[in-house]
Amino acid sequence: MSEKKRGWKTLPKGAVPYKSSKDYKTGDWGVAKPVIDHTKCSKCTLCHFFCPEGAMTVRTDGYTEVNEEYCKGCGVCANECLVKCIKMEMKK
Amino acid sequence: MVAKQKMTGLNGDEASAFATKQVDPDVVAAYPITPQTIIVEKYSEYVADGLVRSEFVAVESEHSALSACVGASAAGARAFTATAANGLALMWEILFIAAGLRLPIVMAVANRSVGGPINIHNDHSDAMGARDTGWIQIFCENTQEVYDTSIEAWRIAEHIDVQMPVMVNFDGFTISHTMENVYIMEDADVKKFVGNRVYMKTEGTQGEVDFKLDPEHPITIGPLDLQDYYFEHKVQQMEAMKGTLKAIKAVDKEFEKVTGRSLEYVYPYKMEDAEVAVIGMGSMMGTVREVVDELRAEGIKAGMIKLRLFRPFPMEEIIKAIGKVPVLGIMEKAYSIGGAGAPLYMEVKTSLYDKKQKPLVADYITGLGGKDTSPEMIRDIFKNLKKIKETGAVAEPISYIGVRE
Repeated sequence: MSEKKRGWKTLPKGAVPYKSSKDYKTGDWGVAKPVIDHTKCSKCTLCHFFCPEGAMTVRTDGYTEVNEEYCKGCGVCANECLVKCIKMEMKK
Repeated sequence: MVAKQKMTGLNGDEASAFATKQVDPDVVAAYPITPQTIIVEKYSEYVADGLVRSEFVAVESEHSALSACVGASAAGARAFTATAANGLALMWEILFIAAGLRLPIVMAVANRSVGGPINIHNDHSDAMGARDTGWIQIFCENTQEVYDTSIEAWRIAEHIDVQMPVMVNFDGFTISHTMENVYIMEDADVKKFVGNRVYMKTEGTQGEVDFKLDPEHPITIGPLDLQDYYFEHKVQQMEAMKGTLKAIKAVDKEFEKVTGRSLEYVYPYKMEDAEVAVIGMGSMMGTVREVVDELRAEGIKAGMIKLRLFRPFPMEEIIKAIGKVPVLGIMEKAYSIGGAGAPLYMEVKTSLYDKKQKPLVADYITGLGGKDTSPEMIRDIFKNLKKIKETGAVAEPISYIGVRE
């Protein structure tokens, strides 16, 4: 975050967060990222339901897609995938 | 104009419950514990008899009692609880949360020693254990002060420059169970004085909002706060507490206008020309006042300072009250095992350290576990202070009063 962080004099009272959690991009945390092979995918959406970060979205065509802005690379999706179409690849 | 009042007989617990009934907070969540039990019993009766519209939450522990108050207060309600001793100890982690989240909860504490060994009688070890949690702490000398403070506390807690929880302390049994004459106000005058809860402004993700949980203007209260912001938030809280002194004084003055009774942080008594004096809190200061009068009649220039406000610590007012007295005794029903002295002694001595003119100071720990602090014991303390004045040295910085060796 390049934006200057606020000090105690200007922070909202009662320790209320003034920024949404959506502003907190956690996508750069991971060392690995999931890569989905849609040719093997059965559209079961288990990966979407198991993702602890809500970073696996379901597209209108029924396939799932990784939101790289928030994915922390935990690998739960790859572990749960029944047809093993998700591979964790090391980030470069 | 002073409001119409009438005199009635109430003990400390009843005074606390009655004042709270007149305020009629939205939520009362409390668990009975000696010597606070009467408050919970009385308030349950008020609820059962339909005399209040408060939601009474019969919780399973003090931890839950204060947690329920935290939730209620965050939702915008007025929340009240009461406890003592080990009950207050069980609330410990929630004390920090209530204060850290700036929730203006009011809590009555019928001060009792914290076991073990288990004891149900009065000292200030419970409240002193909570002194660094961020609560405003007021100590009452008698039942009238309990009644007055139990009403005033809401205005202090909810003052726009305060917005912090307030602990109304009064000595277990000595005050909580002793019936005294108390002037009480009419319900309507109390309601008028406390008014409606005032919300501080904060800033959520959608901009400036009232500090309360409201689905129309959502904010998050109490999420994880790590290395990046926690220290900043704590400094904000510490600095805000410093600023409350002015607000508390303003509420005290307003209360005086309505009742005719003045409430102060510090009450100096015969200090102008005093050669020996003591400072202390709570019910025993009434006995000290009697002893000071007796000693004055005998030609001894004795004085005393009663401290009503302990958090925030009114350092400047205390120093002013101490004035030029050459010897000062600290009387306190508390201790700090392994510490440099008991809590009040450490605070007073620290306040005096940078001053050029300061008295010799000695600490007198008295009345732990409800042991009586008799006029004779207080006379002995003054005798000891006179000796310090004559010799110019404090032979024993900390002594235990009335203890068998």
